Amino acid sequence: MHATGIGASVRRKEDQRFITGQGHYTDDINRPGQTHAYFLRSPHAHAKIKNIDSQEAASAPGVVAVLTGPQLATDKIGNLICGWMIHSKDGTPMKMAPHPALAVGKACHVGDAVAVIIAETLAQAKDASEKIKIDYEVLTAVVDPAKAQAKGAPQIHEIAADNTIYQWHLGDPKAAEAAFASAHHVTKIDLINNRLVPNALEPRAALAEYDSGTDQLTLWNTSQNPHVARLVIAAFVGMAPEHKLRVIAPDVGGGFGSKIFIYPEEVVCLWAARKVNRPVKWTSDRSEAFLTDAHGRDHVTHAEMAFSAEGRILGLRAKTVANLGAYMSTFSSSVPTYLYATLLSGQYDIPQIYCEVDAVYTNTVPVDAYRGAGRPEATFVVERLVEVGARELGLDPADLRKRNFIKSFPHQTPVIMAYDVGDYGATLKKAMDVADVKGFGKRRRESARHGKLRGLGYSAYIEACGIAPSQAVGSLGAGVGLWESAEVRVNPTGSVEVLTGSHAHGQGHETTFAQLVSERLGIPMDNISIVHGDTDKVQFGMGTYGSRSGAVGMSAIVKALDKVEAKAKKVAAYMLEAAEADIVFQDGKFTVAGTDKSAAFADVALNAYVAHKFTGAELEPGLKEGAFYDPTNFTFPAGCHICEVEVDPETGNTEVVAWTAVDDFGVLINPMIVEGQVHGGIAQGVGQALLEGAVYDANGQLLTGSFMDYCMPRAENFPTFRVETTETKCPSNPLGIKGCGEAGSIAAPVAVINAITDAIGSEDVIMPATPSSVWQTLQRIGGRKAA
Amino acid sequence: MPAVAMTVNGKSVTGDVDARTLLVQFLRENLRLTGTHVGCDTSQCGACVVHIDGKAVKSCTVLALQAAGAQVATIEGLAPNGAPLHPMQAAFRENHGLQCGYCTPGMIMSAIDIVNRLGHDLEDKTIREELEGNICRCTGYHNIVKAIAAGAKAMQGQPAGQQAAE
Amino acid sequence: MYAFTFHRPTSVRQAANLLGKHEDAKLLAGGHTLLPTMKMRLAAPAHLVDLSQIEGLSGIELKGRSISIGALTKHVEVANSDVVKRNLPALAELASLIGDPAVRHRGTLGGSVANNDPTADYPAALLALGATVVTNKRKIAADDYFKGMFETALEPDEIIVKVTFPIAKKAGYVKFRNPASRYAMVGVFVAKRSSEIRVAVTGAGGNGVFRVPAFEEALKKRFSPKSLEGLTIPAEGLNSDIHGSAEYRAHLVGVIAKRAVAAAVETPEVAVSDAPENGA
Ligand SMILES: Cc1cc2nc3c(=O)[nH]c(=O)nc-3n(C[C@H](O)[C@H](O)[C@H](O)COP(=O)(O)OP(=O)(O)OC[C@H]3O[C@@H](n4cnc5c(N)ncnc54)[C@H](O)[C@@H]3O)c2cc1C
Ligand code: FES
Ligand code: FES
Repeated sequence: MHATGIGASVRRKEDQRFITGQGHYTDDINRPGQTHAYFLRSPHAHAKIKNIDSQEAASAPGVVAVLTGPQLATDKIGNLICGWMIHSKDGTPMKMAPHPALAVGKACHVGDAVAVIIAETLAQAKDASEKIKIDYEVLTAVVDPAKAQAKGAPQIHEIAADNTIYQWHLGDPKAAEAAFASAHHVTKIDLINNRLVPNALEPRAALAEYDSGTDQLTLWNTSQNPHVARLVIAAFVGMAPEHKLRVIAPDVGGGFGSKIFIYPEEVVCLWAARKVNRPVKWTSDRSEAFLTDAHGRDHVTHAEMAFSAEGRILGLRAKTVANLGAYMSTFSSSVPTYLYATLLSGQYDIPQIYCEVDAVYTNTVPVDAYRGAGRPEATFVVERLVEVGARELGLDPADLRKRNFIKSFPHQTPVIMAYDVGDYGATLKKAMDVADVKGFGKRRRESARHGKLRGLGYSAYIEACGIAPSQAVGSLGAGVGLWESAEVRVNPTGSVEVLTGSHAHGQGHETTFAQLVSERLGIPMDNISIVHGDTDKVQFGMGTYGSRSGAVGMSAIVKALDKVEAKAKKVAAYMLEAAEADIVFQDGKFTVAGTDKSAAFADVALNAYVAHKFTGAELEPGLKEGAFYDPTNFTFPAGCHICEVEVDPETGNTEVVAWTAVDDFGVLINPMIVEGQVHGGIAQGVGQALLEGAVYDANGQLLTGSFMDYCMPRAENFPTFRVETTETKCPSNPLGIKGCGEAGSIAAPVAVINAITDAIGSEDVIMPATPSSVWQTLQRIGGRKAA
Repeated sequence: MPAVAMTVNGKSVTGDVDARTLLVQFLRENLRLTGTHVGCDTSQCGACVVHIDGKAVKSCTVLALQAAGAQVATIEGLAPNGAPLHPMQAAFRENHGLQCGYCTPGMIMSAIDIVNRLGHDLEDKTIREELEGNICRCTGYHNIVKAIAAGAKAMQGQPAGQQAAE
Repeated sequence: MYAFTFHRPTSVRQAANLLGKHEDAKLLAGGHTLLPTMKMRLAAPAHLVDLSQIEGLSGIELKGRSISIGALTKHVEVANSDVVKRNLPALAELASLIGDPAVRHRGTLGGSVANNDPTADYPAALLALGATVVTNKRKIAADDYFKGMFETALEPDEIIVKVTFPIAKKAGYVKFRNPASRYAMVGVFVAKRSSEIRVAVTGAGGNGVFRVPAFEEALKKRFSPKSLEGLTIPAEGLNSDIHGSAEYRAHLVGVIAKRAVAAAVETPEVAVSDAPENGA
């Protein structure tokens, strides 16, 4: 193995600037003459806006402008959109309600932006905002997704009767019916997948600047996909032609999905910058983030699993109501449909699956993809059903899993996905060994001796990553293709710049992508830079989410490197006066096969630019190649996590005491970084299971509006993780990579819940399993005698 | 506007500030030391941790005027102008104790404070407890804990004055 | 934050004058309650009177059978104080559980006691130990000091100078944290002095810190966790929120009180006879 090549735990190149405080995040950037934007937001979840009087505010000290929703239309600024079309069972298209960047006539959730104040300082903007008088007529709000479709529920948008966005389904209901009719046993569960707030530690920010001389708009923002932001803001919002809008996403402090979407604030900052002809900056504070960043999850599900007498799974049925909040966010429609129901086969050979999903509007913050997006929800359904099923059938949960694992590949599931490769038995076995499942009984007795209930929970998860083939997602309704682009620029001195459409916000692309280039071209890491996040530098790209940067983004780089190598061989052929077919490229050297005649990579690069050895007619000078890579399939990372908990029956407090993760991510580029991704994912998953949950009151006020009430995972909440991998190479991309960014957050929640239910001997545990909720369950069941 | 003077990373600095200016704003906006971050508005996340007179504090919950006359140390002062990394900085890189890097300056400043208070031989459990006021959304803390334990050891034998470049 | 004028008096008298002169003035100690509130625009003092330049407001002293702690003494100083650790280890333990290390580097005893947050830790110690709040005007017994949530006996221009804590033979503090805020969901301070046994509870009460006479009675018979076995308090009047119902908190009070007694029993007895505390 090359010391800095594929498979080496190379230390990260990007760290130098972060550990010395030299990172450049959006809020670190200031522009000359900059003004500050402050958004005045609706304090009501559902209200008519009868009048806005901003006269006094407009003349307050330092105020440059006060803008409101109706002015958007005057300036022909279009609405925000959802870019994935879903059709209902009856063939009708989803009901996308208008989403203006500033509310027009009506506010639909607490935090909905109603006006913006542009002022010399942020304090002045805030001071002035208090002088704006808004006449609201408060309307009844609907908050609970389970009640949104009820007769007499308040209607949020005219276009959506019963607040229903779509009623979608997947699978064959009749075949599923038949499978259930023949069942020996049916396990039924009701689940709530709790609403989460992503809380990337860097709050969202936008800084917009207008150059009236060139009519050019520039936006610095906290984005996971600046090109998509530009496309949407240009083509749908109609802010400016695409070539007159530059979007730069500099260092971004975490995203987890929440920074994929196009938000009102960036649209408003651009609009305002042009109107006041000065740069406009907005940085969210944390309370604002709680009220405006797209939330995640929020499903209410009833699910059933049919078993044969031998413990074979015969079928699965699920009915889910998905809360999409007050407006349809950029990709929200795809999450509870194609990112969810398509994974309901889990790791199992399930002959029949049928899933119905109703998506509804409520007077809450919009909900969209959050780390895992749909797949944690699917895994929660499947792995709870299997676990509860095993307990009801009196079977060992690991045995039941083994009995039903898919064992031959490729495997076509009844829900679209064709799994290419995997070895689920191997991950389960390794996880059981590492977790010392054999010794669990002893540990449980030991816990009992000091008054604690110990439980063990499995999660054998699968996810579909590397999204995804453009044709496939296009046929499912996506408004974009999900390929990726790369450009490899070799400089005359042999150093290399790689321009990628992927975007890093913690994933370490500057290192892993460089590892690939270092290995392929045989040049040191220091001679490689990775350029991303600027639409003026990188031609186009789809950005980073869905664990796609390795499988898709790096594959595009491989393709571009192939082209670079091919061209460089031609140059070398001229230099070495040999036939192109005789040139071999290895370890950074071009050699004429069978001779000791060779040229180093840097020499070839120089010759490509000097072009003294060939004419332009024979070969174009220069060494720069681009490629677009469109994958042939999703990738299917899978694995097994085992969680052990101790529950204090007196207080209901749960402590995670051991964690084992064995994942099959295919080929690993940098194991250190992969492990880091797993750690972070587990923490977010454990957060969902034990600590985190967005809670609204009946009037639509967010009760968990800051870290004071929304519990963020802290170091103390975790044990040291045991993380291992197995490997089956992914056949659908040249590197054999599957992706690792979301695994932990997909696997973890259900492992925790399976462990707690095992510990306390009741299936009646909700997420987050807070001390008080576990205690209440213990009260209901009359406590449990320590085993 | 009241004037304020303090020492930041060993240099005397002065500025005229609105009384409501927080220390973190003074550092970021007036001094352009943007390594100190803001991650919350409830004084809980620790992204803004700096040292005042050698002790870790949350610069989002201190007025610039309260720091008048004080010695302030920020992340930028640990290895100024390309000086060798502070052992704790090096340990974060070596142990992959950061991903997006947003919490990192606060983590490192808190970590050095932990070592200053509790010494070089730190158990994982202690480190986890001491990180009560530092939130990281990316790493799951696993590698941060490892980094701090390693950084604490590496700080041993370092001249005391260098432990945080006040 | 709203605009304000910043003052840095160098004596308690000057500070008191400033409070007297400006109706909307507020004292600033560690700022770890006041500044977050001001940042949210939930408090809008026009004048901030910073106490930090006043000498003699901080420090810890053993005086006879009590420990006197200056109002400006930081949580970390109480947590690390040898005097406190030797004579009232439960109080050092309590201080070490407040917030996080950075909060403890700034937050002060006086600020916490003046604020009387119903989920703060110090009030439990003051009430259980029968401490005395000493102000620039008078001495106030803890029993008369706490007047409900965020309410105290302090007058608008009154400044806490110090608090004196009688030393107990045995004392223990156990805190069950609110998972999100890390303030006390339930915190119980148990103190055994020769004159009496007190159990004070913070976090649970809708009206702030309170004592539990039934537990105190039970412990008088035998100072042991066993004495509290199965005892709880009525849920009525307790806090109920998304983190836990009043019933849950009532139950926790019993559990945590038991653990506090266990902690008290485990610590070596401090040799004191409980003579009345004569000022400081
Ligand atoms: C993240 C975080 C976590 C925390 N966790 C906890 C916790 O777990 N438990 C806990 O108990 N506390 C907690 N706190 C609160 C912390 O202990 C505060 O420092 C304390 O409550 C107030 O002290 P202060 O010195 O900061 O007061 P300040 O904020 O300066 O003042 C608070 C109030 O007291 C008044 N005041 C201050 N000093 C005096 C005086 N000498 N005389 C009269 N009035 C005065 C002020 O005018 C103001 O109204 C936490 C705070 C934060 C930011
Ligand atoms: S910004 Fe200071 S603690 Fe979060
Ligand atoms: S590295 Fe991203 S928040 Fe810690």
